Amino acid sequence: MNYHVDERGFYGEFGGAFIPEMLHGNIDKLRQEYLQHMEDPSFKKEFDALMKDYVGRPSPLYFAPRLSEKYGAKIYLKREDLNHTGAHKINNTIGQILLAKRLGKKRIIAETGAGQHGVATATVCALMGLRCIVYMGSVDIQRQAPNVARMRMLGAEVRPAESGSKTLKDATNEAIRDWINNPVETHYIIGSVVGPHPYPDMVARFQSVISEEMKWQLQNQEGRDYPDYIMACVGGGSNAAGAIYHYLNDERVKIILTEAAGKGIDTGESAATSILGSKGIIHGSKTLLMQTDDGQIIEPYSISAGLDYPGIGPMHAHLIDTKRAIVQYATDDEAIKAAFELSRIEGIIPALETAHSFASLEKMKFHKDDVVVINLSGRGDKDLATYIEYLNDFSQS
Amino acid sequence: MNRIKSLFQQKNKEVLNIYFTAGHPTKDSIQDIVLQLDSSGADIIELGMPYSDPLADGPTIQDSSQKALANGVTLNYIFEQVSLIREHSQIPIIMMGYYNQMLQFGEKKFLKAAQEAGVDGLIIPDMPMYTYEENYKDLFEKHNITISFLVTPETSKERIVQADRLSSAFLYIVSQSSITGTASKATEAQKSYFNMLQELELKSPSLIGFGIKDYESFHHACQYANGAIIGSAFIKTLESSELPIKETVDQFVKQIIIPA
Repeated sequence: MNYHVDERGFYGEFGGAFIPEMLHGNIDKLRQEYLQHMEDPSFKKEFDALMKDYVGRPSPLYFAPRLSEKYGAKIYLKREDLNHTGAHKINNTIGQILLAKRLGKKRIIAETGAGQHGVATATVCALMGLRCIVYMGSVDIQRQAPNVARMRMLGAEVRPAESGSKTLKDATNEAIRDWINNPVETHYIIGSVVGPHPYPDMVARFQSVISEEMKWQLQNQEGRDYPDYIMACVGGGSNAAGAIYHYLNDERVKIILTEAAGKGIDTGESAATSILGSKGIIHGSKTLLMQTDDGQIIEPYSISAGLDYPGIGPMHAHLIDTKRAIVQYATDDEAIKAAFELSRIEGIIPALETAHSFASLEKMKFHKDDVVVINLSGRGDKDLATYIEYLNDFSQS
Repeated sequence: MNRIKSLFQQKNKEVLNIYFTAGHPTKDSIQDIVLQLDSSGADIIELGMPYSDPLADGPTIQDSSQKALANGVTLNYIFEQVSLIREHSQIPIIMMGYYNQMLQFGEKKFLKAAQEAGVDGLIIPDMPMYTYEENYKDLFEKHNITISFLVTPETSKERIVQADRLSSAFLYIVSQSSITGTASKATEAQKSYFNMLQELELKSPSLIGFGIKDYESFHHACQYANGAIIGSAFIKTLESSELPIKETVDQFVKQIIIPA
């Protein structure tokens, strides 16, 4: 079975471009040109050079001995947290800023949830000398203050999204409206594998550097170029898409995606899209989303701003629908516990988003020879304020 | 015959199409607003189906949509109100909303409910033309429901021709590259865009929308099309007026069609 995008921008029945006419010109131009630019040798050369010298790639594939011992498998961590700006997000923004330049764009807009994509976008705009406007839900501006400050220091303008739940969904709406109003000079750097085609495929391709490296790193360390499991957290799903990209059609590799269950799947305060959602359209893409019987999009909830999204990328919707991927759920409390555990036994403080994926380790039944790669998508500096609230609960007396 | 089609057979200039969000400012205001718009001189009613995430809409329609949803408006409620209106008025009624609303309701069920209520047409800005042509065209025709597609200054000639071919009521000409409710003065670029559209000799009647708010902007738009659409300006008036709703509506329509 082929799990990649088809010619019309669909993954099975998911994906496509369900957009108002006002966006058609820009989206269609991107659709026609993205592959051509990405496959151009001069583009690749520039991209690879920045990945190496600016981002700091390849990111290490680290064998985690104490975690492996605890969970009874060979657990490797793909260290995207060590990238410049602290997460996988920069892989995509480097790619898209090079694309924006080739498209002749002068002004960049982006949405952000946890602020990691906003920081990564502000960073590449500073690098290329382009104007940058980042939309961020006003609730997220409150809970991710360090990243707001970083974006401003990098010269970006952070515009609060005040509509709806004032989180990632609404920031995305505002960015799309900005693009409708400014179609000529502006490129919209979407941060995840969501939105109208070609965004999900384009972002997945830029992030696929993660699984590309994983292949040769595993070959060097394990003598085979594939793991038995790849685990990643999913909001929109860009880090997961990058980590599994080169293994999509390799069914020896089991894919474990962890969604944010918030306060619990049945509490009404959750972001577990695959179980609470149904088929529909969000941000121009047909996918799974949380909605009412009348088709109104439901406000999600998660302690983690980066997973607080009522949809999921169409590639993931298809992987879940076809059972190619297995979905796990982690509550706020489980994620916090996992974040402290990783900090204490491997000396790595993960981002809250990433911590959700580690929370799933407890629920897995591994064989001791299983090779497991967890995509450590981001570091936890930005979440310190949240973690500090729990320090007493995890004090080691 | 479909009420929109027969309207354009009788009237081909200065057609006044007024949009408002169903259930705003109050849930029970839909009938009063529509009936008054009809008697005051509007030609077509566009009932906005309030949506949680109206991507193509500016702050005015976003805000009215959130209020209407908070008022408890559902698609079934709108259909009920339209059937009650049909006891008193035969003004053409269009429902405008987002594709997800129709999908979640069920497309066949939606079109059947629309027809039974007395709705004449739909505008679904985020439903692609090819999706309509491949999946829904026959169903719309079977239920005698028209569709109108949007064209913008960025739309290629080829797509304009396609939108014209597939539109069964009128072509919706978006006057500028923007979300709804953005006012602008007519520019030279806009004039040449309107002129280009006229030169294409399209089969469909056309209505110009976005940024139209008063007598001057309405009549300016009517020089280039069969009429125009007013939305945000009307919603703002409904929101801010201290007069009873019928008087508010009557005054608004009069100041559009009668020179000051």
